Amino acid sequence: MTIDLTQFHEAFFEESFEALDSMEAALLKLDIGAPDKELINTIFRVAHSIKGGSATFGFSDIASFTHSLETMLDELRSGGMQVTLSMSDLLLKSVDVMRAMLRAVQQKKPLDAQKVSDLQFDLELMIAQKNSAPPAPAAPAPSPAAAVSTAPPAIQAAGDTPAAAPATKRWKINFRPFPELFARGNDPLRMMRELSELGGLESIADVSTLPSFTALNPQSCYLAWKIQLTADVTESTLRQVFEWAEGDCELEIELTNPGQAEVASEAPAVAAPVVAVAPVVTPPPAPVAQAPAPVAPKLEAVPKTESAIEKVADSGSIRVSVEKIDELMNTVGELVITQAMLSQLGSKLEGPTAEKLRGGLAQLERNMRELQESVMRVRMLPINVVFSRFPRMVRDLAQRLGKQIELKLTGEQTELDKTVLEKIGDPLVHLVRNSVDHGIESPEKRAAAGKSPAGTVHLDACHRGGNIAVEVSDDGGGLDKSRILAKAKDRGLVGPNDVLTDEQIYELIFLPGFSTAEKTTDVSGRGVGMDVVRRNIKELGGKIELRSELGKGSKTIITLPLTLAIVDGQSVSVGGETYIVPLISIVESMQLKAENVSRLSGRGEVFSFRGFYLPIVRLYELFGVEPRTKVLDEGLVVVAEGEGHQRIGLFVDDLLGQQQVVIKSLEANYGHVEGVSGATILGDGSVALILDIPGLIRAMSMRAAA
Amino acid sequence: MSSNAPVKNGHGPGEGSHQVLTFVLGNETYGVDILRVQEIRGWSAVTKIPHAPSHVLGVLNLRGSIVPIVDLRMRFSLDRAEYTTVTVIIVVSVMSAAGRRDFGVVVDGVSDVVDVNTEEVKAAPELGARGATDYIRGLVPVADHMVVLLDIDRLIGTDMTTLTTAGAATEAA
Repeated sequence: MTIDLTQFHEAFFEESFEALDSMEAALLKLDIGAPDKELINTIFRVAHSIKGGSATFGFSDIASFTHSLETMLDELRSGGMQVTLSMSDLLLKSVDVMRAMLRAVQQKKPLDAQKVSDLQFDLELMIAQKNSAPPAPAAPAPSPAAAVSTAPPAIQAAGDTPAAAPATKRWKINFRPFPELFARGNDPLRMMRELSELGGLESIADVSTLPSFTALNPQSCYLAWKIQLTADVTESTLRQVFEWAEGDCELEIELTNPGQAEVASEAPAVAAPVVAVAPVVTPPPAPVAQAPAPVAPKLEAVPKTESAIEKVADSGSIRVSVEKIDELMNTVGELVITQAMLSQLGSKLEGPTAEKLRGGLAQLERNMRELQESVMRVRMLPINVVFSRFPRMVRDLAQRLGKQIELKLTGEQTELDKTVLEKIGDPLVHLVRNSVDHGIESPEKRAAAGKSPAGTVHLDACHRGGNIAVEVSDDGGGLDKSRILAKAKDRGLVGPNDVLTDEQIYELIFLPGFSTAEKTTDVSGRGVGMDVVRRNIKELGGKIELRSELGKGSKTIITLPLTLAIVDGQSVSVGGETYIVPLISIVESMQLKAENVSRLSGRGEVFSFRGFYLPIVRLYELFGVEPRTKVLDEGLVVVAEGEGHQRIGLFVDDLLGQQQVVIKSLEANYGHVEGVSGATILGDGSVALILDIPGLIRAMSMRAAA
Repeated sequence: MSSNAPVKNGHGPGEGSHQVLTFVLGNETYGVDILRVQEIRGWSAVTKIPHAPSHVLGVLNLRGSIVPIVDLRMRFSLDRAEYTTVTVIIVVSVMSAAGRRDFGVVVDGVSDVVDVNTEEVKAAPELGARGATDYIRGLVPVADHMVVLLDIDRLIGTDMTTLTTAGAATEAA
């Protein structure tokens, strides 16, 4: 019976990555000295399940590494070891390594094996040090030192054993699994395969308990095996093969030709398989006797807690592919359109039944709205998914920079669309890094400025209207406006005598390349790649704003739409066509008087708006449609804003109304159209194009240049 | 959604014949592989797309997805016909390097579904002008007249590929 296990790989990776995230979170919460038992259990469970999964799928590197990790965690759990700072560092590093390993396997790429084995060595060393410590309480001083110093010869000895003893050891294994073996996810075939890799294998299956065919339960294991293995291995190695079946089987392992002095070399391997340090101090028989004892209850205890926890989690959520949700959204979107069409039809009917029909349609409309909102909510995830990576990042960064930083997270439960969520991670990382790196000063500098030596970086998320606002603030040094301005004048970005508002000065930071110059001169230094951050936010249809006070800190406010699937739009009409202008791009709509418009030779028309001259863009010209009117004061002008406060006056026939529209791709079947970001379906079933104001401005300036 | 439904190419090896949907355009009868046909629907007003080639009339809402509509008369440089309620749009799937795309094709009328024996298909004659006939897969006699079998991928796919790359180029600039 062979099952293609690769089909489960993706699920395993996905679950493992999630589990590692929770492990990391738990590690960060772990108090040095007085650890929470439940947290350690969580961490242990993660390591345990990753080990199990990777062993089943044959990812032996990961299984071996997690095994070492698990051994150490088990010590923590039983109270045999105390949580120290170096240990939590080591454990965090282990999380990184496991992630890297899983990713490498997932992408079928080679892995930095050296890094893994180094860390594994560190882990085992730590375990070994512990093991060597307790038996010699009378002489505490030499124990760690001794363990370290004796390590090389011990390894040497372990390495020598196989050479000294040729493959003459004959093992007799009696493996009698309980019927539930399969249900626990064990596969005897895998164990046999592993055994056969160790040496010559002969096995006899015992079919005596096999029931008649009609009574046979295909999910039960009726077979037992008598195995003869000729391999130069220790008993512990063999027990490891059956480790996962422990508690689910009767297992007897016997050496039929006890030749060399096995006992001594065998004993240590049980406690610490690779670094055979323990024997030097510990008397050999003790671990042998102990080893099976703690293992058995552990295996029984763990599945219980695990399943209990999982049950709680399972009842709360299910895993659904995004594709299915998109399908659902599509269908609901069409339902909304159909419902709108019906309502339009219904409003035209006359008579007593028509009245009833309209009542029913109104009911339908309410239900549709609720349905649409619920479906939207399915795609929503709490922003915590993104926030959760920051505690670790800030901790590491602060440590490296020698700063004291407290990270405050609020509003983690604020929900937003998964697609938006995926894309705001990087900009936020950038902003937080900026705050830690350039915003917060060193403890000495802070103390000198009369602030508490520990700086605070605060991440906050909340809903504001139909948008989500994410704020990254710090109580650091703030932006030095005069330095920024001086730099900009230096580089000729601003005229020497220009007077800029605060807003305009901060705007300079978002200019590409500006920040790098700041950094080399090491002024306030803030804002590496802020242009990239802003571009990312703009791509999501969001806005970014900067506020700062010198000496007190700065704050970046990002405003994002809740979802990329829906946009709040203003419908405008030009001729027979309807276009949607995203509300986030609109500054104001107004009627122009002819006398406010001036013509610039070769540069088209401009009008005065709050002290600035804005170009007039006649949409009918740009899109080649026949408008209702070409006279400026008969139509309306929508003042719209593109990238970086670039504003235009968009001339249209009329404004129709504001509505939320579902964004549909134009590129799926057609292609990209300049100045158009997508399309939507209106209530009457017809298609309207959604304008892309930044794109429109770009297209316009290119046209002007041509 | 329908857009996820697999579209099979009907010319697998070993198949002697396949079905073709024939339609009329001016005086000619054309045929497209029936497995590429998604649906046939009546004419309804389209939304114009700025800067589109003249034979792309605009886009239409086809059960939730936005589908461009191509006027084959204009593509073939025939006289333009009035769009009436009997004008028909055949929605076809086009395979290109970028994947599957759906298009609506405006034709004068749909005629029939016929079985075409692969052996009966004659190669299209070279008509001089370069590239003029590369979207014709072949000619096949059906009853008393000739049907022009169209290679829909070449006919529309190439148009759209150039269009998309042009769009991407301006985007990059």
